[in-house]
Amino acid sequence: MKLNINGRERNLEADPEMPLLWALRDVLGLTGTKFGCGIAQCGACTVHIDGVPSRACQTPVGTLDGAKITTIEGIEDRVAKAVQAAWTKLDVPQCGYCQSGQIMSAVALLRDNAKPTDADIDAAMAGNLCRCATYQRIRAGIHEAAKSLA
Amino acid sequence: MFANRFLAQRQLGTKRFRPSRRMFLAGTAAAGAGLTIGFAVPGANAQAPAAAAAVNPFGAHIRIGTDNTVTVLSAHMDMGQGAYFGIATLVAEELDAARSQLRVEGASGNLAAYGNVAWGGFAQGTGGSTAMASSWERYRRAGAICRAMLVSAAARAWNVPANEIAVKDGTLFHGPSGRGATFGAMADAAAAEPVPQTVSLKAPGQWTRIGNPAYRRLDSADKSTGKQQFTIDVRLPGMLIAVPVHAPVFGGKLKSFDAAAAKAVAGVVDVVTTSRGLAVLATNTWAARTGAEAIKAEWDQTGAETRSSDAILASYRARVDAAGEHVAASRGNADAALGRATRTLEATYEFPYLAHAALEPLNAVVRRQGDIVEIWGGHQIPDLYAGLAAQALGMSPANIRMHVMKTGGGFGRRAVTDGDVVVEAAEIAKAIGFRAPVKLQWTRETDMAGGRYRPAAVHKLRVGLDAAGNIAGWQHRIAAQSILIGTPFEGGLVKNGVDATSVEGAADTLYALPDLRVEITNMVSPVPVLWWRSVGHTHTAYVMETMIDEIAAATAKDPVALRRQLLAGHPRHLAAIDLAAARAGWGTPLPAGRFRGFAAHESFGTSVGMVAEISMGAGNAFKVERIVAGVACGTAINPDNVRAQVEGAVGFGLGAILREGVTLDGGRVVDTNYDGYRPLRIDEMPKVEVHIVASTAAPTGIGEPGVPPVGPAIANALAAATGKRVRLLPFEKGLST
Repeated sequence: MKLNINGRERNLEADPEMPLLWALRDVLGLTGTKFGCGIAQCGACTVHIDGVPSRACQTPVGTLDGAKITTIEGIEDRVAKAVQAAWTKLDVPQCGYCQSGQIMSAVALLRDNAKPTDADIDAAMAGNLCRCATYQRIRAGIHEAAKSLA
Repeated sequence: MFANRFLAQRQLGTKRFRPSRRMFLAGTAAAGAGLTIGFAVPGANAQAPAAAAAVNPFGAHIRIGTDNTVTVLSAHMDMGQGAYFGIATLVAEELDAARSQLRVEGASGNLAAYGNVAWGGFAQGTGGSTAMASSWERYRRAGAICRAMLVSAAARAWNVPANEIAVKDGTLFHGPSGRGATFGAMADAAAAEPVPQTVSLKAPGQWTRIGNPAYRRLDSADKSTGKQQFTIDVRLPGMLIAVPVHAPVFGGKLKSFDAAAAKAVAGVVDVVTTSRGLAVLATNTWAARTGAEAIKAEWDQTGAETRSSDAILASYRARVDAAGEHVAASRGNADAALGRATRTLEATYEFPYLAHAALEPLNAVVRRQGDIVEIWGGHQIPDLYAGLAAQALGMSPANIRMHVMKTGGGFGRRAVTDGDVVVEAAEIAKAIGFRAPVKLQWTRETDMAGGRYRPAAVHKLRVGLDAAGNIAGWQHRIAAQSILIGTPFEGGLVKNGVDATSVEGAADTLYALPDLRVEITNMVSPVPVLWWRSVGHTHTAYVMETMIDEIAAATAKDPVALRRQLLAGHPRHLAAIDLAAARAGWGTPLPAGRFRGFAAHESFGTSVGMVAEISMGAGNAFKVERIVAGVACGTAINPDNVRAQVEGAVGFGLGAILREGVTLDGGRVVDTNYDGYRPLRIDEMPKVEVHIVASTAAPTGIGEPGVPPVGPAIANALAAATGKRVRLLPFEKGLST
């Protein structure tokens, strides 16, 4: 089957039931997308499917015909750059394991809402667990990115 | 192969374990010598810490490349706490290296260079919030020595006096002649210079990196772009993924199994048995996981834990009604003082098992090439794991190479006494004859049901008050499972039946309590327990700090004033308390519906005072709005990282008291994923302000000490709001009963 990942057509030989997460990580070598729970509870595997933040661990590759998939390795518009710059400026990550997913969710939020409030951020980001609890800096990072994009 | 035994000593729980060289030399006799432990790494080379003097930091601690990179070889692993950056800061400060040329790698296999100084140097390891304390002299000295060698090489090359050479941001200059060179250009020549025996370190006034909040971590960019590599990201040619199948109850043993359905899964290539059960090997994780789920296994449950967690805790509750098995601390005469008391406060507290629930499920990668076996993992005690893997593989530790990886969280879970996932991965690789590299990858469910929890505990406290409202007698009984009893390390770290990690924070309380007795009863279960970020302090601080608050309320005293009264003689602790109280506006009026609570606790040498501000909703519903912390941790090497660690500790501690708890039903773990076991999410994260007590004293810990005061500060705020004392944790349980 063919998958459109980060703007490129990729050939994939895999069971159609295989979740996108494992196709990305084990078959295609895109390891920035992380495994945390396997049941769409932690958000570490968040990618964009046709621009919508989605949990790769619960998305069988067989359902992705014609879909445009973007991973942490492939986000490069100005919103994404602003979020990554803010994350680095404020030293948001601690262990960093969840941060690919956090950033994918944050970028999607800022594309929809250029000036989110703390409540907007909490609502949009509540699906992404951070066991280091870097939440205060995640909020600050999103505000910082919004400011730099204004 | 056991003839050549290497005895090392370690501590993970508290700063109070001070292994000495005398105890080391006493070998196994050290078992009875105090809070120390000798552990034997099978077959490892004997190597005394005295060899430290012979370590050349140019190469052992710092590698300077001809490409002008400065690679710091870290003795401590980084699970997110920022140890790598702290150590790099120490090196850069003395070496005068540019931030942009710094790299950090995990190192192992050289006890003289990497033994944990705070543990007496007898083992390499990361734990007990000791990374900075252990590195403070070692890595500053390493930086200064390498700087001197670079200067000496430049002086020789340019034929000028060394004292005319200046160093700035990775470059050497000689003003009078106008000559200059990068570190990289001088690296080879510097490596050949004699190692200076004495170097002077910069005075605090000369620091430009240490203590500078604008000097920022090195790994944020990689962690914001998906580039940071963790063990789960290791990919090797031909590598197979192994997903394990473990017993459904703790202590269960594999009786029989049927792997036919697993082997029929496309991509599954093998099924092997291990000392813990089975492992399914496949060409990708999905197939291995699907295969593991298709295994049909029978387990022998003889001797296994089959009780519910409620039944386990009920047995603890029953136990604290009677005198404890062992006395952990005794001052004055608690019983006599209680007999004279005019009032007695009595309270029983219950704490559940807690899971580390780090986001990267446990894993390790093993590859054999020729005679050499390489193991990638979050090696928190790398030499021990190398020795244990060598034992499992029947080979010499000299042929094992450990790759210390950064991990997706840790919180204590990767510091284990038996090698755990490292040994399991080695067994699997051996079982397939090393025909392919193997990555053992636990699932979330394996991880959550894998035990090694924060021990469940029940405390019973009786505190007497005299007519004047002074404390008259303090009797404190704890029933908890020991982390160390039943492990090979029992002999060293458990003294007279008292595991210090069960009673730390209570038996060694800083409060002036002249008539105090702390008793411990070691409860027994096959459920494996382990240190969980701040270890015994996770429960003792809750008990101590909520009771102090209760006493303040019972005697109409201000909780901060009462603490100040009971803590005279502890200026550093008081400084943390005063800073938190001042910055939070303690004692000033609050808007309607808002309430404050106070707690303070010392752990791992660091004092943290904390004010929690909550708002009340309907009934018992409340929201934690703001936490203000005052932190006394000696020199804050990276002040922004100190803040980050305490911010994170607040979220970690808050999640735990609100609703974390491992529930067992018939011995089986009920909640094996984040839908049932629910750490804090962003919508419950309060605003956190962290203030640091200025100091140039040697640094103490910061990874853990932020956790203990969080729960009691919030519980005390809730008591201020409602009068209710939550003594059954988590709150979700305690507020509903």
